[in-house]
Amino acid sequence: MKKKETVIPRSISGKIIFLFCILLSVIIIYPLTWIIMSSFKDYMSIYQDVWGLPGEWHFENYVRAWTRGISQYFVNSIIVTVATLVGELFMASTLAFGITQLRGKIGYVAFLLVMVCLLLSPQVCVLPLFMLLRSVGLNKTYLAMILPYIAFRLPMSVMLIRSFFVGISKEMEEAAIIDGASLWQIFSKIYVPLSKPILSTVTIMTIYYAWNEFLFATILVDSSSLRTIPVGLMVFRDGLMTEWGVVMAGMVISCIPLIIVYLSMSRNFIRGLTAGAVKG
Amino acid sequence: MNTRKKNLGAFFFCIPGLLMLAIFVYFPLIENIIYSFQSFSLSSTSREFVGLNNYRELFSDPIIWQSIKNNLLYAVISILFQVVFGLVVAAILEDKVFRKSESFFQTIFFIPTLLSLTVVCLLFEFVYNPQMGLLNSFFEAVGLDSLTRIWLGNKDTAMLSIIAVSQWQSFGYITMLFIVAIQKIPADLYEAAIVDGAGKIRRFFTITCPMVRQMFFVTMVLTVSGAFTVFNEPYILTGGGPGTATMVLSLHMYQTGFVKNRMGYASAIAMLIFVITAILSSVQFFSFGTGKEERE
Repeated sequence: MKKKETVIPRSISGKIIFLFCILLSVIIIYPLTWIIMSSFKDYMSIYQDVWGLPGEWHFENYVRAWTRGISQYFVNSIIVTVATLVGELFMASTLAFGITQLRGKIGYVAFLLVMVCLLLSPQVCVLPLFMLLRSVGLNKTYLAMILPYIAFRLPMSVMLIRSFFVGISKEMEEAAIIDGASLWQIFSKIYVPLSKPILSTVTIMTIYYAWNEFLFATILVDSSSLRTIPVGLMVFRDGLMTEWGVVMAGMVISCIPLIIVYLSMSRNFIRGLTAGAVKG
Repeated sequence: MNTRKKNLGAFFFCIPGLLMLAIFVYFPLIENIIYSFQSFSLSSTSREFVGLNNYRELFSDPIIWQSIKNNLLYAVISILFQVVFGLVVAAILEDKVFRKSESFFQTIFFIPTLLSLTVVCLLFEFVYNPQMGLLNSFFEAVGLDSLTRIWLGNKDTAMLSIIAVSQWQSFGYITMLFIVAIQKIPADLYEAAIVDGAGKIRRFFTITCPMVRQMFFVTMVLTVSGAFTVFNEPYILTGGGPGTATMVLSLHMYQTGFVKNRMGYASAIAMLIFVITAILSSVQFFSFGTGKEERE
């Protein structure tokens, strides 16, 4: 009964819409391929032939980008992202667990205190955060990014983890209590192992956020050796304005980690990035 | 008694997280409110209380109005292009006719979401470059030389060029959200409509639209609050210029605080951003009970 399906729709209107989607794809893909292509060119060949393939492949653009600063930014980004991730997973899961275990009004109050933070945009807190971090001397350390990152991701992470925790069957927990297990054992032996799906979602959201964050990284950190990739790329561009190829090579390098994360778990990745909105 | 003991234990679990929020979210928020009644610079040791002066200035500052206008333009275009157009594209991709090509288009539309905003902004700096940029070269190549512009340097095109960058990056993400929502619609609704002889456009308006209204609302709030807090794109691409043509609230706040060194007034601008975004998110928060969802 089913008609054989084709990639290109049969009807005229279908074909027009299909063509339109192709056009949209070209608009999205072309600038990206152009950047990759140009990252192998030197300035003159970009200038003379904006569209063409590189006549000579300047792989050394990548080497130069890496040695001219990207390597330092890259390492900084990895340190900040990993530390943020570890802190976020620990604090979000303990807080979510605490909230689900609290009985009576206090549990609801604690949850509300977390959720209200969702209403806040980071812009509102950035000036006082700057003053705070400077006055305690943290503005020249990685913590100037890591701590605010963890705090500002907490509401979303706690919301997701808590709604998963609420759904975990109470039977195992009750059996464990009868056996005399402590709260910490219930948390680490029952809740955390059962919550791998939501923890992986939070992991992806946190990596995505920490790797790309710009506002805090620009304003809160006062040390050129601590720059993460998003901030470093700006400095990189200012320092190398005429060497387009090298700047583009740096841009390509900075995208690689997230693309690897995406390719290795694309379904989880999409779920991770849509989870917050879908739950909301 | 047992409950009290258990509650105490549970409370210990909450302490690290709640402390983080207290120090890095609640404390700065309260500080910001206090700052907004004061006048001081980054290096000053004392702060002068100036009452409502900062707020009064807020209403007479022409750059504030210019910024709000730009933020509003940002919001309107984002709603049209990301939310409305995104929903249409999502519905098209979810149509049976596109079953074979859906994942291909979906993947491509989603790619810009993977890139950091800095990379996207730098990319478009190259695209908009007047001499060797992709856009002008394209117009020259197809013989439309009259359309070439100094995109970011002309006050008529600068803001729209910046807004276009955000559309390019976020369109696929919003479309993806709608695809997720459309996939949750029970298939028998569509089957019943087909039996009743409803065409595709009819089905879109009578089934798809009402069934994704919650997601429609979520994406509206996402894009509008995104539009009112936008910072990176104008900061990287134009720095608010030419003149104040591309100034937005966050950037005005940043420049007032860190360039003009007027922290008190910058905090008042931050309060304005706070009020706008808090209203927007509480609409979402309370109409969908984000905080109350329990296990079904």
